[in-house]
Amino acid sequence: MTTRIVVVSAGLSNPSSTRLLADRLAAATTEALEEVELTQVELRDLAHELTDHLLTGFPKQALAEAIAAVRDADGLVVVTPVFSASYSGLFKTFFDVLESGTLEGKPVLIAATAGTARHSLVLDHALRPLFAYLRAIVVPTGVFAATDDFGDTGLQRRVEQAAGELAALAGKVQSSGSARHHRTVDEEFADPTPFEQLLKNASAP
Amino acid sequence: MQIGIFSVGDVTPDPTTGRTPTEHERIKATVAIAKHAEEVGLDVFATGEHHNPPFIASNPTATLAYIGAQTERIILSTATTLITTTDPVLIAEDYAKIQHLTDGRVDLMMGRGNTGPVYPWFGKDIREGINLAVENYALLRRLWSEDVVNWEGKFRTPLQGYTSTPRPLDGVAPFVWHGSIRSPEIAEQAAYYGDGFFHNHIFWPAGHTKQMVDLYRRRFEHYGHGTAEQAIVGLGGQFFMRKDSQAAVNEFRPYFDNAPVYGHGPSLEDFTEATPLTVGSPQQVLERTLSFREYVGDYQRQLFLVDHAGLPLKTVLEQLDLLGEILPDMRAGFAEGRSPNAPEAPTHASLVAKAGGAKDTTVHAVDDVTGVSV
Repeated sequence: MTTRIVVVSAGLSNPSSTRLLADRLAAATTEALEEVELTQVELRDLAHELTDHLLTGFPKQALAEAIAAVRDADGLVVVTPVFSASYSGLFKTFFDVLESGTLEGKPVLIAATAGTARHSLVLDHALRPLFAYLRAIVVPTGVFAATDDFGDTGLQRRVEQAAGELAALAGKVQSSGSARHHRTVDEEFADPTPFEQLLKNASAP
Repeated sequence: MQIGIFSVGDVTPDPTTGRTPTEHERIKATVAIAKHAEEVGLDVFATGEHHNPPFIASNPTATLAYIGAQTERIILSTATTLITTTDPVLIAEDYAKIQHLTDGRVDLMMGRGNTGPVYPWFGKDIREGINLAVENYALLRRLWSEDVVNWEGKFRTPLQGYTSTPRPLDGVAPFVWHGSIRSPEIAEQAAYYGDGFFHNHIFWPAGHTKQMVDLYRRRFEHYGHGTAEQAIVGLGGQFFMRKDSQAAVNEFRPYFDNAPVYGHGPSLEDFTEATPLTVGSPQQVLERTLSFREYVGDYQRQLFLVDHAGLPLKTVLEQLDLLGEILPDMRAGFAEGRSPNAPEAPTHASLVAKAGGAKDTTVHAVDDVTGVSV
């Protein structure tokens, strides 16, 4: 069975170390799975469309496609540079415009890059809470790479460890299998809650 | 096919002069716009409801009645009536009264509102938005259809032996549309009751509109009110036109670039491509408007937003003149190829006919001592 993995990276320079880390995580995840359909979402290319979405409330074509890919993914790899002690604004904006419930039960590998190792806790104080709020399943190993780590063999070990954890979850867990499922807007359009039920819900204590 | 305009009553600086109209000017302008809409041959004038600056459209009932007194033919409507935060008892009374005052020239569009703090200001919880819309509207229907209502719900104090007065004109309640952009529950609600469904349409790509209208039509049929084709659909629209299309673009661009809703975001060109906004010649506006049917089917009501983003009154009235000029062609275009199964929008007259004729439903009080009606 093909596993759909989407890699979201928020680096700004070209080439960026964020994209470099994203590529290594993508390669390791592909390696760990039997059959993979890999989609790369480079947020720099969507920066204008993301701002427009904030102002108009709807996505243009390329952003709509990226959102659809994320929605349909079996697992995500998300990589951000550290800006001012947290994920970048561009990275956050992408997750801000997703419809509620999009990431529910979805396995996510979190990763970040920064100039020095002093930012390494960003994974646990910024990214992990964000994806916990979005009800995603964050894999236990996050991958942080300071500039120096690109010259160290330890990084590849962590990349493979995290990719293996994502592969194990994305290959097996179906998002609809989570305990309490919130219906998405798309599901409501396909199969609306009957009005008698809405009437009952409305006045329920 | 009903063609008209809708307004949200925004008080916005004119970006080309920097001047902001006063509330008084904007309120008077709203009346002038509504009267001119009738003069150029339009069928509907609707105004919104906002309870915060920079809007003058707070409870719109006084404005609608005032316009009703100075017009002969145009249907007065709302865009929208906040069914979430307005007491349904007041809605029942106010709009039945406007029905009587205007001889039935009124209908309503229900909406949930888009300004968060309005909920707490009116003692409601925004997280209950859908539930408020569902319970309040169910009560509103009973207040219009039953002479004496005993009711208990979650969001309002109970009613025992309550009669909403005046009773609806000729025993027929005003027609109701439900407006929503992306909440399938509201399309479901409109379908369940066999009411109309209106999609704002103007700030959104066609896909949003089509998805909502499709759901409404499907469920309208499911609930046995007729075929999907017979459902009652309304759409918003937005244009700026001049005889010369480049002149229209040049004149409208500063208003677009600074508009409260979409300003400082996408370009005028991107937005006109993605949404129904049309900036150009009358012929372009005509063709674009007639293309909406391609994704929603034959529909019943088309309302345009013409007075927003700081456009001066003079310009708005000119826009109405231009709309009046293409109106015969627009009506002909909508009629051409229209399915014989697609109904016209309900009016007071058609609802009375459907109910088997007008009947006076005045509820007379009973004397406590003699038991005689007084």
